[in-house]
Amino acid sequence: MFAKEHGIHLQKLILVIGIFIALQAIMGGLARERAFQYYVRIYLLIEINIILTASLSFINGHTGQFSLGHAGFMAIGAYSSVMITTVLPRLIMGSALNTGSWESHAIFIFSIFIGGGAAGLFGLIIGFPSLRLRGDYLAIVTLAAGEVIRALLRFSDFLGGPRGIPGIPKFAGCVYIGLFFMLSIWIMRNIVFSHFSRGYIAVRDNELAASCMGINTTFQKVSAFIVGAFFAGIAGGLFAHMSQYINPDNFGFLKTLDILIFLYVGGSRTLAGCIVGAGLFTLVPEGLRLVNIENWRMVIYPLGLIVVMRFRMNGIMGSREFGFLTPWKYKEMLLKRGKP
Amino acid sequence: MILFKTADLTHYFGGLRALSHFNIELNPGELVGLIGPNGAGKTTAFNLISGIYKPTSGSIFIDNLDITGLPAHRINRLGISRTFQNIRLFHDMSCIDNIKVASRMCLDYGLFSSLFHLPSFWRQEHRLDDYCYELLKMLGLHHYANLRAASLPYGQQRRLEIARALATQPKLLLLDEPAAGMNPAETRELIQTILWIKKEFKLTILIIEHNMHVIMNISERILVMDFGETIAAGQPDKIRSDPLVVAAYLGKMEEHAPRNP
Repeated sequence: MFAKEHGIHLQKLILVIGIFIALQAIMGGLARERAFQYYVRIYLLIEINIILTASLSFINGHTGQFSLGHAGFMAIGAYSSVMITTVLPRLIMGSALNTGSWESHAIFIFSIFIGGGAAGLFGLIIGFPSLRLRGDYLAIVTLAAGEVIRALLRFSDFLGGPRGIPGIPKFAGCVYIGLFFMLSIWIMRNIVFSHFSRGYIAVRDNELAASCMGINTTFQKVSAFIVGAFFAGIAGGLFAHMSQYINPDNFGFLKTLDILIFLYVGGSRTLAGCIVGAGLFTLVPEGLRLVNIENWRMVIYPLGLIVVMRFRMNGIMGSREFGFLTPWKYKEMLLKRGKP
Repeated sequence: MILFKTADLTHYFGGLRALSHFNIELNPGELVGLIGPNGAGKTTAFNLISGIYKPTSGSIFIDNLDITGLPAHRINRLGISRTFQNIRLFHDMSCIDNIKVASRMCLDYGLFSSLFHLPSFWRQEHRLDDYCYELLKMLGLHHYANLRAASLPYGQQRRLEIARALATQPKLLLLDEPAAGMNPAETRELIQTILWIKKEFKLTILIIEHNMHVIMNISERILVMDFGETIAAGQPDKIRSDPLVVAAYLGKMEEHAPRNP
């Protein structure tokens, strides 16, 4: 059925993946040259920011819970994975893992998932207040929770205290970040096109009706927090192993604010919005650095935000999804009934 | 056999008694009307039955199972579904997604299967899609399947709410003023729909309605409430001439100024 449409869909998908791989390869090549490392870093930051934004979209976009603690989840992920690759090996063997052996690469991959898992656990803990609170009140509680995580990290001498942890081995280059990026986007896409996401949107649109239609709103809200926190933790682990140095103030409220801006400017309800928002608005402030306008950079950037929000209230992408991110079987269901 | 009953259901809002000693028994396949002036406690009764409020005292049974105080989604899964007085659709979702999300019991794919979109996931999604489309078709809404729920005309939104309630496969359906805001043609159509779904889905229906044309035409029994109390119950003909009911709706003569001053 729909052989022609399927062909077009496959062509687009292959084209997008091809462009992505080509970009990865180019960036991987440029990373060897010292002069280009700045650009490669921005490129990798974009991928990390997209994961972060997409993970926040589960909480703030789909489920409609206003959470302001996302940098906290990222911090948990970053510190947990760094603990495994750097802090513990230093205690036991006297030095951090070296990037030469394949065993340490396996441990690194494992540590990223542990980071995600630890952040997911915190998502579970922080998700519980969301059962009783909504709107502004939830925002304040999650904001406080994020700050508590940062304050605790500043306390702990074991994790470097306010000075942070230097000398993290540089595992996360183009290869790993590219792979984790693809995997995260794919799995988040799968969640968006599954029954979970329908439950999330139902809770956002009308919580009372959702519970009367047999949807366990408690489960939906907490699971949105867990999913969001998990992928934020993954992004945190990647960020730590890319920048090679983390301190608690990397994960303050300003970081949360950045992610929120990406989310709402791009469009909070679709992955397309997250990709466009995080991509564009990581690039713009850095790009403005190149054109020599000095202090005006931080005037133009917020003005851009105002203009976007004035003319596209639901974000740049609104509620549109990229065609290549829509599963073919889902498109088939729509086609079967004839387009609306 | 009694499908559903409440025993001395009472609810207070602070000091205000919204509902007192509400007793109702429904036999399977019955269609019972619930009427009364504004503020009589009809919607409060619905909210108690569907689990939105917890009753101050009294209990609720379905199939001899005590469901008092259970969370709303559990009550729904035990077979009680409802519509709302002010439409509460999931307005940002398409019509068919509104149905899909309610009929979640048809799905049993696990977390793993949905994270990785395994073949079993799509098999079930397609089955669900077919089921929901059939349901929309039965209620004549299939042309709107892919449209946003909020973009539907008012009457169709009401129908969609009924379809969504049916998707949860209830035994007892609570309809809260389904004809509110409808024109006479839409109302006639609605009466046909209610009678048809009752037969087709073998439902027991409890209906709140202010439109007497609707309530007198379709109810087999009627309960009349005023100020939280049940003041009359019985066949429509009996209710129509009950002095207490007339007094509740029109007021008692003595309380007003004499007709010829």
